[in-house]
Amino acid sequence: MANYKLQINGRTYQADVEPDTPLLWVLRDDFGLVGTKYGCGIGACGACTVHLNGQAIRSCTLPVAAVGTQKVVTIEGLSQNGDHPVQKAWDEVDVAQCGYCQAGQIMTAAAFLKNTPKPTADQIDNAMHANICRCGAYHRIKEAVKLASTKA
Amino acid sequence: MAQSTSRRDFLKMAATAGGGLVLGFNWFSAKAEMPSVVSKTVLAAGKAEFNSFLTISSDNIITIFSPNPELGQNIKTSFPMVVAEELDADWKTVSVVQAALDTKKFQRQVTGGSGAVPHSWMILRKAGATARAMLVEAASKRWNVPLSECSASDGFVIHSTSGKKLNYGELAEEASKLAVPSDVKLKDRKDFKLIGKALRNVENKNIITGKPMFGLDFHREGMLLAMIQRPEGFGMKVKSVDAAAAKAMPGIIDVVTFKNKVAVVGKSTWQINKARKALKIEYEKEGNIESSADHDKIFAELLNSDKAQVRRMEGDVESAFKNAAKVIKSEYQCPFLPHNPMEPMNFFAHVREDGVELAGPTQTPDSARKGVARLLNISEDKVTVEITRLGGGFGRRLMTDYVLEAAELSSIIKAPVKVIWTREDDMAGGSYRPSVRYRFEAALDASGNMVGYKLRGAGINAGNPTRENNFPSGAVDHLLIDSIEHKSPITTAPWRAPITNFLGYAEQAFLDEVAEAAKNDPIEFRLGLLEKAKTSPAGAVRYDIDRMIGVIKLAAEKSGWGTKKDVSQGFSVYFSHASYVAQVADVLVKAGKPVIQKIYAAVDCGEVINLSGARQQVMGGIVDGLGHAMYGNLTFKNGVPDQNNYNKYRLIRMKEVPEVDVFFVNNGISPTGLGEPALPPTGGAVANAIFKASGKRLKNQPFILEEPYAKAKSV
Repeated sequence: MANYKLQINGRTYQADVEPDTPLLWVLRDDFGLVGTKYGCGIGACGACTVHLNGQAIRSCTLPVAAVGTQKVVTIEGLSQNGDHPVQKAWDEVDVAQCGYCQAGQIMTAAAFLKNTPKPTADQIDNAMHANICRCGAYHRIKEAVKLASTKA
Repeated sequence: MAQSTSRRDFLKMAATAGGGLVLGFNWFSAKAEMPSVVSKTVLAAGKAEFNSFLTISSDNIITIFSPNPELGQNIKTSFPMVVAEELDADWKTVSVVQAALDTKKFQRQVTGGSGAVPHSWMILRKAGATARAMLVEAASKRWNVPLSECSASDGFVIHSTSGKKLNYGELAEEASKLAVPSDVKLKDRKDFKLIGKALRNVENKNIITGKPMFGLDFHREGMLLAMIQRPEGFGMKVKSVDAAAAKAMPGIIDVVTFKNKVAVVGKSTWQINKARKALKIEYEKEGNIESSADHDKIFAELLNSDKAQVRRMEGDVESAFKNAAKVIKSEYQCPFLPHNPMEPMNFFAHVREDGVELAGPTQTPDSARKGVARLLNISEDKVTVEITRLGGGFGRRLMTDYVLEAAELSSIIKAPVKVIWTREDDMAGGSYRPSVRYRFEAALDASGNMVGYKLRGAGINAGNPTRENNFPSGAVDHLLIDSIEHKSPITTAPWRAPITNFLGYAEQAFLDEVAEAAKNDPIEFRLGLLEKAKTSPAGAVRYDIDRMIGVIKLAAEKSGWGTKKDVSQGFSVYFSHASYVAQVADVLVKAGKPVIQKIYAAVDCGEVINLSGARQQVMGGIVDGLGHAMYGNLTFKNGVPDQNNYNKYRLIRMKEVPEVDVFFVNNGISPTGLGEPALPPTGGAVANAIFKASGKRLKNQPFILEEPYAKAKSV
C-alpha cells in the first residue's frame, strides 16, 4: 500500500492503495466518482475513459502509481453544470439508450474536439471507433459529436 | 423538459407537501384499472392502497411513478408521456420516479418481450384522463361556472367565456376532495400533443453528468465487495479449493465456497480481483464436456432424427414434395452468443435476521424476489428489491443467478455485500443465446408457386427454435414444422428477440433462395404468398396480413426497390412481438468485399409514443442485428468458451455501421412491441443484398467467417 495524492477535477484527493491499482478503481471505490464506468478492464471498450492532462485515456489499465501530478478530469468534472458543449449536444440529440457507455463516449469526444475542433465525418468515425455502445446508438453519437463541434 | 427524481426525494416531498392531488392507480392489475384518490396522510404513513402514483402538489409539481425496469428501452420517458398526454400536463413540470418492486399490486413489473407499452397503454391513458376530469371539475366549482365552459390545456384549466385560468397545482387540493369519476373520455388521437413527438429521455441530465444510477454504482455504508470464481468450463464442478494464498493477500476479508462458487470478499474491487487469481481450484467432470466441433456433429444427427416434435402440420407434405416441379433445400446455423450488456452482472444483497434487502439491475425483480425467498426459506414479504437503472440487459437480466448468489453469499458471511462480475465472468458465465441449425425445404409447382414448406429446427437448449405460426404458415397448403433439442451443460437464456433473432434471418434468407428458384422478385414472391393466405388460408393465420403488406410496400417505396442501378438490394420482412418490420439493405462491393451502405426500415408498431425513443429502438435493433450477424461468435473447447473479452469477441463499432432510415406506419392502432421487432429482419435483408452483390449465399453466422468475407468454413 502507498499513499497517493491525485489532482482530479481541480481538487486534491488522497488514497491508500496498492501501486498497481488501476485509476478506474481508485476513482470508483476510493473517491466515489462512479461516473467513470467499468466495461472490460483491458482498455478495449472505452467505458472508463477520462482525461489525463487533457488527453483521453483508459483508466482501467492505468496504474495509479503512473498518474503522479498529472491532471485528471472525469465526467463529473467535465463542466460545472453539465453544460460542456459535448454534454449539451448529447442531450439535444438524445443520444443515450441504456446510458452506461456514454460517460466514456463523452470524454472521448470532448478530448477529440479540443484537438480537432472542426472534424470531418471520417475523423469523427476514427476518433469514436474504439468506444463500444452495445445499444448501438452510434448514429446519434456521430450526430452529437458533429453538433458539439458547432457549439464550442 | 421532464426530469427524473429519486424515490427518496419523492417520498420526502410527498410526506411534507401541504396538499395536493394524489391519485393512486394500479398500472398492473387487470381488475382495478380505475384510479382512486389516496390521502397524503395515508401516503406519508406508507399505508397507501396503491403503488403507482400520479401526484400533483400544490406547488404544481406533477410526479409519475414508472414501475418497469429501465435498460435503455426508454420506458421511463414513454410511460409518463402517455399519462401526461391525457392529463394535458405541461411536460416541463413533470417529474418521473422509478418505483420499487411491489408484487402484491403490480402484475407485470418486467422488462422483456417488448410487452410493457402494449400492456399498459389504456391504463395509463385512463389515469391521466381521470385526473384531468377532476381538475376541470374542481375549477368549475371554484368559479361556479358550468363544467362545459371549462377545459384543460398545458397544465391549466381555462374558463372559455371569461378567460380565467388556474394551474393544476392551484386546483390539486380541491380536486382531491371530489369523487373519482367512473368513466372518462379519452382524447381523440388527432388532439395528441405529446404522443408521437420526439421528447428527450428524462434521465439525460443524470447520464451526461455521470450520476450514480446503475447497479454497479450502488453503495451502502459498510458494504463489502465480492468476486466469484465459477467453474471455468460447462460440465465441470469444483473438486477442491486451496484459498490460503488468496486469503493472505492484502484487504481480503474472507473466501467462501458454496455451490461450485468460490467467493473472494473484501473492500476493494482491485484487491479481490487480484486475490481471486491466487485461488488454487481443482475441477472435475460433472456432465458432458462439449466443444463446438461436437455441436456440428450433434446438429447433423438431430436434423436426420425421427424423434422431432411436430409443431405445425398442414395438408399432405409428402405428396407435395413428391410431385414438385422443383425442390429447394438449405441449412442455416448460428452460434451461441453472450448478451454482453456494457454493465456486467452485479447485485447487492443484505440478508439480515428480519429481512433481506436487494438492489441492482434486474429485468425481473419479481422473479429475483421469489427466488431469494425460496433460497433462504423466508416469506416473500421479507424481501425488498430496489431497481437500479440497467446498463443494458438484452435478456441476460431476466435470469436471476447473479441475484441469488449475492443473497446466498450475504447469508453466509452475514454482511451486506455487492457481488461484481468481471467482463470475463460475464462473457464466460453462460445463459447464452442458444446455438441452432435449421433445415428448410420448399416445393415449387410448375408455375413457381410454393406449395410445400418444411422447417426442422435443431437447437442446443433452445426449447422450441421455430415459431410455427409465423409467416409463411397460413400461406402454404402443405407444411410441416418440427423441432428437436439437444440438452447441454452450456446454459442458455432469452436473448433480445428470442429465437427470432436468428430464425428471422434464416427464414428470410431461405425465402430469397426460393424466390430466386421461382424466378420471381423477392417482394412480389412474398406478396403472392400473403395474397394466398388472405384468399385461401392454409390453417390458422396468426399475423395480420394487411399490416405485413403495409410495411412491405412502405419499405419498397422508400428504398426505391427495383429502381436502383448502382447498388444491390436485399429484402426481408418479419413479424415479432406483435409488430411488423420490413427492411431493405443497400450493398456495394468495394475491393472484392461487400459493404453495407444503407438499411431502410418500415415499421408498424401501432401508435408511436415517443418518436425519439422509437427511432432509437429501431436503429439500435438494426445495429444489434447487423453486428451480431456479422461478427458475433462464441465457440467452445472442452466446455470452455474461447472468447471472454472484447479483444477476442467482436462487437460492432462505429465505422461498421451503415446509414439507417426509419419509417413508421401511422395507423393509430394501439401500440405493439418495439424493443425487439427491428432486430430479426436485419440479417436477412443484409444477406440477401450480399447475395445480389456477390453471388454468395450467407448461411451461417457470423458472416465474417463465410464467403465472400472469408474462405467458407464447412459445418
